[in-house]
Amino acid sequence: MKAAIIVFPGTNRERDMRLALKRASGREPAMLFHREAALPKGLDLVVLPGGFSYGDYLRCGAMAAQSPIMRAVKDFAAAGGHVLGVCNGFQIMIEAGLLPGGLLRNATLRFLSMDCRLRVERAGTAFTAHWQQGDCFRAPMAHGDGNYFADDATLDRLEGEGLVTFRYVDEAGKATEAANRNGSARNIAGVLSPNLRVCGLMPHPEDLVDPLMGGEDGLPMFQSLAERLVAA
Amino acid sequence: MKARVYVMPKAGVLDPQGKAIGHALEGLGFGGVHDVRAGKVIELDLAEADPAQAKKIAEDMARKLLANTVIESFRVEIV
Repeated sequence: MKAAIIVFPGTNRERDMRLALKRASGREPAMLFHREAALPKGLDLVVLPGGFSYGDYLRCGAMAAQSPIMRAVKDFAAAGGHVLGVCNGFQIMIEAGLLPGGLLRNATLRFLSMDCRLRVERAGTAFTAHWQQGDCFRAPMAHGDGNYFADDATLDRLEGEGLVTFRYVDEAGKATEAANRNGSARNIAGVLSPNLRVCGLMPHPEDLVDPLMGGEDGLPMFQSLAERLVAA
Repeated sequence: MKARVYVMPKAGVLDPQGKAIGHALEGLGFGGVHDVRAGKVIELDLAEADPAQAKKIAEDMARKLLANTVIESFRVEIV
């Protein structure tokens, strides 16, 4: 799997992402600066990592979405390329129009830095093939604006077409209000594009990919990508 | 020509910031505040001298960058 991680001013955890991709695929991903106007040839995956690009000015992800590299990322996605966005990367995807909806300030107004539990709502994609439908796993989260919003028609369409990737759940695997700490519509933590090749989510699976990090709960995502995108 | 762009959370979109401000006002003893919505104002100094044209340009800017029309509405005022 040939992957590239986009680095914006204010990006963080991109090294965790590199570690996750390397660990799952055995191949070092390229790190690309936001000023680049083109992606390297033959890429299988582009990753937009977390952080606070451009200091979250205007809206989280709004500035990064306008950077030169994002035009290339949009073309890559339009041509059927796989794109993963985590946390600020998800916000950038939303601002760039790669995924529907919006990410509002957390309903509690608190920055949430803690583990959450996610339930796999759409197994079998390049991002989720190593999980079973309904599997639950632990993922760290760290965001102030992760409150997923979309109008009811969009939410119905996402659910109807199986484009909700992950939901926030409690220890029992139930999508309760208490488990939905940022207030996201219908407990949605991550969504997919209609071709299932663009996936964005708020929590950080890349932060649990090695026993030294305290667990490997997030590793299946990167194993799925490594397996699927090698075969492709 | 100066333009002012008012960006507000859309009606029906949760505005936790506005809610928190409302609670704080209540705490200060201001009664009778039914609702608070918090947005932002962006001032633009434009080269365009024609007010109608300047408004059009500012609206285009708002649609493309200044507002996220999924969650926000905007209004342009030429000043």
